[in-house]
Amino acid sequence: MLVAFPILTALGTAVFCFLMRDQRQGQMLASLGGALIQVALAVALLWTVTTSGPLSAQMGGWPAPFGITLVADTLSALLVLSTAIVLLCVVIFSLSEIEREQERLGYQALVHALVAGVMGAFLTGDIFNLYVWFEVLLISSFGLLVIGGGKAQLDGAVKYVGLNLIATLAFLTGVGLLYGATGTLNMADLNQAVSGRMTETAILASAGFLLFAYGAKSALFPVYFWLPASYHTPAAATSALFAALLTKVGVYSILRVFTLVFETDGTPLAPVLIVAGAITAVVGVLGAVTHREIRRILSYNIISSIGLLIMAIGIDTPLAITAAIFYLVHNMLVKAALFLHAGLVLKIKGSEEFDKVGGIYEQAPWIAVLFLVPALSLAGIPPLSGFWGKFLILRATIDLPSLALTVLVLVVSLLTIYSVARIWLEIFWKSDERGEGCAPAPALMVAPIVLLTILTVGIGLYPDLLYSWSDSAAAGIADPSTYISAVMEDPS
Amino acid sequence: MDFLFVLIVGLLVTSGAYLMMSGHLVRFLYGLALFSNAANLAIFVSGGLSYGAPALIAEGEKAPLEPVANALPQALVLTAIVIGFGLTVFALALAKRAFASEGTALMDDMRSAEPRAED
Repeated sequence: MLVAFPILTALGTAVFCFLMRDQRQGQMLASLGGALIQVALAVALLWTVTTSGPLSAQMGGWPAPFGITLVADTLSALLVLSTAIVLLCVVIFSLSEIEREQERLGYQALVHALVAGVMGAFLTGDIFNLYVWFEVLLISSFGLLVIGGGKAQLDGAVKYVGLNLIATLAFLTGVGLLYGATGTLNMADLNQAVSGRMTETAILASAGFLLFAYGAKSALFPVYFWLPASYHTPAAATSALFAALLTKVGVYSILRVFTLVFETDGTPLAPVLIVAGAITAVVGVLGAVTHREIRRILSYNIISSIGLLIMAIGIDTPLAITAAIFYLVHNMLVKAALFLHAGLVLKIKGSEEFDKVGGIYEQAPWIAVLFLVPALSLAGIPPLSGFWGKFLILRATIDLPSLALTVLVLVVSLLTIYSVARIWLEIFWKSDERGEGCAPAPALMVAPIVLLTILTVGIGLYPDLLYSWSDSAAAGIADPSTYISAVMEDPS
Repeated sequence: MDFLFVLIVGLLVTSGAYLMMSGHLVRFLYGLALFSNAANLAIFVSGGLSYGAPALIAEGEKAPLEPVANALPQALVLTAIVIGFGLTVFALALAKRAFASEGTALMDDMRSAEPRAED
């Protein structure tokens, strides 16, 4: 039953936080306690899964494939752990950033409800249940996005809500068609039901709908417009949570569904993934080099890394999948650190725009260094975690017959360095003409960024551990038989 | 019978897409509502339609004796309707607040989050 605990803890904490919303301290303790329990559970889950293979639990006692199965393999457990770490950091940061009024409206409850959706999506083995968890995280993200209700926030939310709802309906239609064609919704069972039928119209149509839906969720070209329209508008803790988790759920779904359920080999799906990923990486990084505000640049950097991830998934060699999983985990931690740092800059300087901020390196050098480390990691400078992620993806593209993708990864990396160097120069290095000082940095805001920075340095100096986990997760993707037998065989 | 439903799904999707592309927030939401009904009907049809065969099991039996309607698509559609209803209500409330703060419901003029360069 360990598999169900991350979801139950998140939902339970959300309820607790909501009930305690009028007592600030009680709510803070409940939220922090819930996040700490999540980290402990995730460590236990990853340890169990890596030592004794995939875990599963049949909900309500219905045997698979009739009931809903929760299942954790190395990939799920690894992402659950990253989610728990990001959650802990965001909760600590939000204790300092989020105003009392918004906490009273249920901010912490929404954060944990969103995490319940994310955990559920990572752990479910049923494709309709995946849809339901997507809705849980979507409705919570709507709440988080509009809480506080600034003008730009509402405008961003309209675009976010509209485009995400279309993706949701495509998801639902795809699931309906798949059920009509196969008569099952259990993903392990679908693996056998779909096998050898990839050329059938109904199956391909369903795959098309699902690819559109997950592509829109993960901000893939040409359906990424909701992301840069909304991610820079809410509180920094909120955008860090979104940046680290939401698009990654879309990537996880592509990785899971397009390896376990659908076969991409010999269908038009593999080239679509590679081409869409490559265009996304380029379009994203071009957006990142043109904007003049920290979080807007970082939003485009998210799109660019999503492109690289989807491209690696499309290449679909064991090395490429390992690379994608390694890069995915690295990206969750580093994006959270950078978005939180944007919130810190907003706090100490009152703005995050190039034209209004400067001189942080002179006034508070440690704060500047704290940005520089995750930024260099994002850019892929050794010996940080991003270097290994980029290196593995690059290595996977070299094995291909054409070197076009290798060149593309290199160009995108170079432009990524340029985009974060611009933030460094304009926000931190350039002296502040207006001669305004820095407000003191709250310890609760600095601590989570330090924690995430230590993790990216740690992974960079000692990549073996994360590599071996990514490798075993990729092996589970390449040969899903252990996953399938964990779902189908009743452990009791 | 199936053909009629397929036709209706097609009609709902075309009208929904037409409304969505008009660039007006309220029409966009109407289009979304049509889309969501089209998706529900599509699930219903692809799950297999049957007439007048409720999914009931006679007393004392463990499985239905005669062919009955598949209850699962109905459960899926019911879940989807409930979720869709909640989301539509949220979207309408959001649209009202956004209209109040932006002073317009024309999507091209709603630019607070992403101001045009020349503004």
